[in-house]
Amino acid sequence: MNADVPELVADLFRHESGRILGALVRLLGTKNLALAEDAVQEALARALRTWPFHGVPDRPAAWLHRVARNHALDETRKARRVLPTADQDALADAGPPAEPDPDRVADDALRLLFLCSHPALPLEARVAFTLKSACGFGVPEIARAFLVAEPTVAQRLVRVKRFVAEHSVRFEVPSGAELVPRLDAVLLVLYAMFNAGYTAHEGEALVRFDVLHEAIRLGEEITRSPALARPKVHALLALFCLQAARWPARSDDAGDLLTLEEQDRRLWDGAAIARGFWHLERAGHGDEITSWHLEAAIASCHARAATFAATDWSTILGLYDRLLARWPSSIVALNRAVALAHVAGPEAGLAACDEIAGVPELQSYALWHAVRAELRIRLGLRDAAAADLRGAMALPCSAPERAFLAKKLARLEAVP
Amino acid sequence: MAKFMLILHDDPSTYRDVTPAQMQEILQQYLAWTERITKEGRLVHCEKLRDEGGRRIRKQGAGLVVVDGPYAEAKEVVGGYYMIEAKGYADAVEVAKTCPHAHLGGTIDVREVDELTGS
Repeated sequence: MNADVPELVADLFRHESGRILGALVRLLGTKNLALAEDAVQEALARALRTWPFHGVPDRPAAWLHRVARNHALDETRKARRVLPTADQDALADAGPPAEPDPDRVADDALRLLFLCSHPALPLEARVAFTLKSACGFGVPEIARAFLVAEPTVAQRLVRVKRFVAEHSVRFEVPSGAELVPRLDAVLLVLYAMFNAGYTAHEGEALVRFDVLHEAIRLGEEITRSPALARPKVHALLALFCLQAARWPARSDDAGDLLTLEEQDRRLWDGAAIARGFWHLERAGHGDEITSWHLEAAIASCHARAATFAATDWSTILGLYDRLLARWPSSIVALNRAVALAHVAGPEAGLAACDEIAGVPELQSYALWHAVRAELRIRLGLRDAAAADLRGAMALPCSAPERAFLAKKLARLEAVP
Repeated sequence: MAKFMLILHDDPSTYRDVTPAQMQEILQQYLAWTERITKEGRLVHCEKLRDEGGRRIRKQGAGLVVVDGPYAEAKEVVGGYYMIEAKGYADAVEVAKTCPHAHLGGTIDVREVDELTGS
């Protein structure tokens, strides 16, 4: 782009729309969420139709906030909507536009995040609602990120909005005894959001990368509030940063997935790793150990290893043991089997795989078969490995995963 | 060089379902265009017109009536105009064609300013 063009801050519209929505919901109440959303959309559309003529105003964020607020006010008057009484004054006071107060904006953003993460809503709906409301993603972008049909995303959002409107959900950051479970609900949404962006191998990479960054941004927003900056928030952020750091190395030029062993570690994002370790240090300040602490510690072992061969597998195995003991899951057990194979050899890893073979969800999980194949290759059991790979490919998996398995199988079959 | 007015018609509801990221992308295209015609010395001046509050005045019987709009009901409104300098219609049309407006579904009328040179 031409250097003389007044460049807007990247993502200004996306981020401001989340902030303005938070401010408007504070003024109008959660019952008027739809009105607030319309006002945000109107403000952005108006900027788009106005700014080309005389350029971007000096304080674009304040401009957008003012236009959105005035639009909401006009609509409220037209519809003679009843507002929560306390907010009448706030609206009537829609006087000269001030630069949005940064503290208030941050508060509104957190309130919106807590609203989006309401525990009464299904998790996938909460993720979609957060991306739409707090991050300013549109339905097409959410659909593209997770390869879900647009009507499905739209439906989830409609259900959320109806719920919020009907139940007059409170718009506030809980305090006292309520805080801990609600904070956990928020963190769970961020975790689901991050994982969906990170592991959904289909969907558009660029949008998914934005999703990861939004999860990190919202997490860091939480840490700015002293009441909410618990060690577990830092643990989650450490996990996010350390995993996101590997993003540039996760696939080759053709878009094929690369394993940790195959990745060019020079491509890992050093700044993200540093940020991850900064959060990890802060995560250790409390007594509580969450699963995110352990997952972040595992990610940090990989980040520390200059080469794949230098990976400290026995520490990783110990962390998986702890994770499995307190939060048992078949996926964790499978990952533990991989770590065990690196520590005690492929036979031990294979035995660990066989121990969990009875879990039905693993039988239909392509990665379980792929791990067994890998271990059998190392043991020279080529026919059995090929059978495992064929079994894996018969199961539902994404196109890049399937390509990964096919490549492996072809390599196996090519060697006489 | 002669003066030409580019009159931009559009539908204010066009962007109802466009995502914030897409809107910002479109805005950047417009800004780049305005910047370019400014740097080329073509832009004389330009104004955005308000969507709301238009009046239409016409004679009815012996008197005049003032009615709101026509914008209240109209799908398309004149959103704004650019006064530019161009060598002739062909040149002015070329400039208008580089404006993102028509590419995005809007309409542009190109009209030459009659300078009343007395010819």
